[in-house]
Parts: sequence; structure tokens; C-alpha cells
Amino acid sequence: MKKKEVPQDEGLSDGLFEDICYALDDDGHYVVVPTTGFQPKTDALLQAWDVIHEKIEEVRQLVLAGKLSPIAYFMEKNIMDARLLADYMGIPKWKVKRHLKPKHFNKLDDDILDRYAETFNINREQLKDISVIQEDKNESK
Amino acid sequence: MNQNKYYIDFQHKPAAHCENGATSNLLNHYNIRLSEPMVFGIGSGLFFSYMPFMKLNGLPVVSFRPWPGTIFNRNTRRLGIEIQRYKFRDRKEAMKMLDENLAKGIPTGCLVGVYHLTYFPPAYRFHFNAHNIVVIGRENGEYLVSDPIMPGIERISYHDLERVRFAQGTQPPKGRMYFIKGISETFDLKNAIVEGIKQVCKDMLEIPIPLFGVKGIRYMAKQMRKWPKKLGERKASLYMGQVVRMLEEIGTGGAGFRFIYAAFLQEAARELNQPWLNEISDEMTQAGDRWREFAIIAGRIFKSRAGQEENYQAAADVLLDIAGREEKIFLKLRHIKLS
Repeated sequence: MKKKEVPQDEGLSDGLFEDICYALDDDGHYVVVPTTGFQPKTDALLQAWDVIHEKIEEVRQLVLAGKLSPIAYFMEKNIMDARLLADYMGIPKWKVKRHLKPKHFNKLDDDILDRYAETFNINREQLKDISVIQEDKNESK
Repeated sequence: MNQNKYYIDFQHKPAAHCENGATSNLLNHYNIRLSEPMVFGIGSGLFFSYMPFMKLNGLPVVSFRPWPGTIFNRNTRRLGIEIQRYKFRDRKEAMKMLDENLAKGIPTGCLVGVYHLTYFPPAYRFHFNAHNIVVIGRENGEYLVSDPIMPGIERISYHDLERVRFAQGTQPPKGRMYFIKGISETFDLKNAIVEGIKQVCKDMLEIPIPLFGVKGIRYMAKQMRKWPKKLGERKASLYMGQVVRMLEEIGTGGAGFRFIYAAFLQEAARELNQPWLNEISDEMTQAGDRWREFAIIAGRIFKSRAGQEENYQAAADVLLDIAGREEKIFLKLRHIKLS
């Protein structure tokens, strides 16, 4: 690829960094060329996020309908499954699965709620407050 | 928690790929100046593997790089550099060892997960656990980090650094850290280059399992033709997206590292005084261009979400062409000798 062919398409780094591409200059030597983005790559990333957001929305509706506990929602929001969440919490997976049910969630003590909240980077009140989930919109970027 | 201030004078140079960058910056700190392509080449960083039976979020594992840590290890081994590596069970212990290193003025590489990396752009924050950073100091309870992906020095809190060092999930980093203990006065760069090239040829041609190297590319092409029928449109399109994400993920320098490798071959031609490597570099550039074509065809599939059976066939055709080109390249390259 030549320097002037390096794609400068839409990217997703929010200007926080520039991706680097290696390309040929006019003399045929390799040089470093910053790139803002490459459309197929950006589309592939957006596709991955779409799938995640669809899943979050699905679970959000189930939580609002009282079929799953808020932990299920924040688990999806953090792109985790029960296995990964259990690893972060340092508890067995079957326990996490139980806590996904509203009936068990309502009986959890503050200590474990705090640990869940910390894992999700929120506080206990946010974890218990269903209106947080109600208002949380998960639109694709 | 100790509150001392440390600030190691460390030259931060961004790179395309995190492990190249961390390795190159660490070596540079000890006055071994090697470019990113050089580090990549000596570390035999080019690879391909397709493991459909291993799934990540329900998608097959496709990779254009060897196991994390390989590039650093091979570089230091081939250049005769003494290193020290640790992994930990205990979090506090892991942080304490890091602090001790900083107090001694040793820049220290850490393997981290990116999901909780606070300074990272949100769209890139997945549960990916093989990112490399170099910690170079601490100040006011925050750590100073040379992250090869970022343009400047970043800061991260004690709490967050501990969290990313002990990220969970696939290949948890377990607090892994590494640093340079001593360098040999005379290292043999030429020999290291030749060894690096020979290893890549082996990895791409000789692994007797059809999932790796050139054979792996052919195998994926064959499977890809069946994806739309076997998986249905939606899933097949997700598979395609996965391949492109791995091909073009941050740090490949474009086209699954093929362009970085072509850049390395140019440098190798000069360093070894073997001009024929420039021709191979051109061929590698062409292979990279074909990978980009592949990405564009694949992109049409997941952009539209329509069936487009013919695009899968076209994408697979490009892959077969690439496999042929790369096979030729490595068959020639493997005859490399020290002049």
C-alpha cells in the first residue's frame, strides 16, 4: 500500500489515539502513516457493538418486566456472562446465576450488593434503583 | 500504600502494535535502538491461525499473531538480554513488587486487560486480556503509564491498575510483569534477524496441523464458502466481521501485520546487505494489499446484512490467492542465511 492510499475513513477512537499504518513512500520505502480509520474495520467494530447493544436491550426489557434481577442488566452492560462475572466476584457461577433471579436478588445483603456494584463501577443505590435501568438508553455509537 | 514519587526518564514512542511498542521502548531504555518492524521481525510476530472449535463470544478464534508475550521473549532471547518475569496470586504482592521496581528506577512491562483501562476509547474496551503497557512511575497515588497505543504518557489509579492487571476471563494476565535485568555488550543483530525469519517460515509452512499458517488460510477459505448455508445469513455475517476485526484490530499496522513485516524485510535487506529481501518485501506488500481487498469484500457483507452468497465466494477466492502468495514468499525466505 502506498502512502496516499492509506485509508482515512471514519474511526472510533474518539480522537484519543491515532491508529498507525505502514505504507510505502514515493521512493518505495516503508514509513509510518497515521490513519483515522478504515471503513471495513470500523463497520466490523460497529457490528460487534450492535450485537452487544441488542443483547443489553433484550435483558433490559426482561429486568423491567420483573423476570430478571438488575444484576443481569449490569452484567450484559459490562459485556460479561455469568462465568466472567463469577470470576470477578470470586464466587461460584451457580451463585451468580441465582442472583440473576429477582427473588434471590431481593434477599441479598448489602455486603454482596456492594461487591457487585463495585464490579460494575456503580454504587449500591444505583444497582437497586430500577429507574436507573429504565432511563438507561443503549444506543449504538 | 506508599506515597513516594517516582518518575523514570523514559522515552515513550507510540507504535502500531502494543507488544512491539513495549518491547521496543524497553530495549531503547537500555540503549538498544530497534524500530518497531525490527522488533516484530526478530520476534517472528507474523502468524495465522483459525480455530473454529474454539469460540470467543460464540465466534471462532481467528488470529494473526502468536501467543502474547512471544515477541518480547524471542527478542530478548535472540539478543541475549537477561529478563525477569513474574506472575502473582496475590494482588497486593503484585502491586508491591511493581512499586519496588519503580523505586529502583526499572521501567516495568505489565500484561493487562483493556476492559477497565480508564484512558482507552470506549469503543475499544472489550474483555481482551493481552495488552502490554510499561509502567514508568507513580505520583499522587497514580501510576504513569507508557501505553504504546496512546500518543502520550497516561495516568491510571492504583485501584484501576490493580484491576486491569488482574482482569478475569480468557487468558487472565494474573498480574504478569516483566523487565530487563541486564544486556550483553555485544549482541548479534544479524543472527537475530536470520533466526526471526527462519522461525516465521516454519510457523507459516511447517506446522503439521491444517489450522495454522498458509494451510490455515486455505482451511478458512474452504469453510468460508459454506458459512452462509451452514450458519444462516446473520451468523455468517458475524463470522465475517470477526475475521476482519482480528485482521485489522488495533496495532496490526494494516492487513494483519503484513505491511509491518514488509517494512521489516526492507530493514533486514539493509542490515544483512542482502538486496533480494527487498523483492520479497514487495511481494509481502502485495499480499497485504490483497488482505485489504479481502477486508473490503467482507465489509460489504456485514454492512448490508443481505445474503450475498457470491461475496463469500469472492472473499474465499481472495484468501486462496493470498495463501498461494504467502506460500511462495516463505518458501523463498526459508533459504535465508547469514550472507
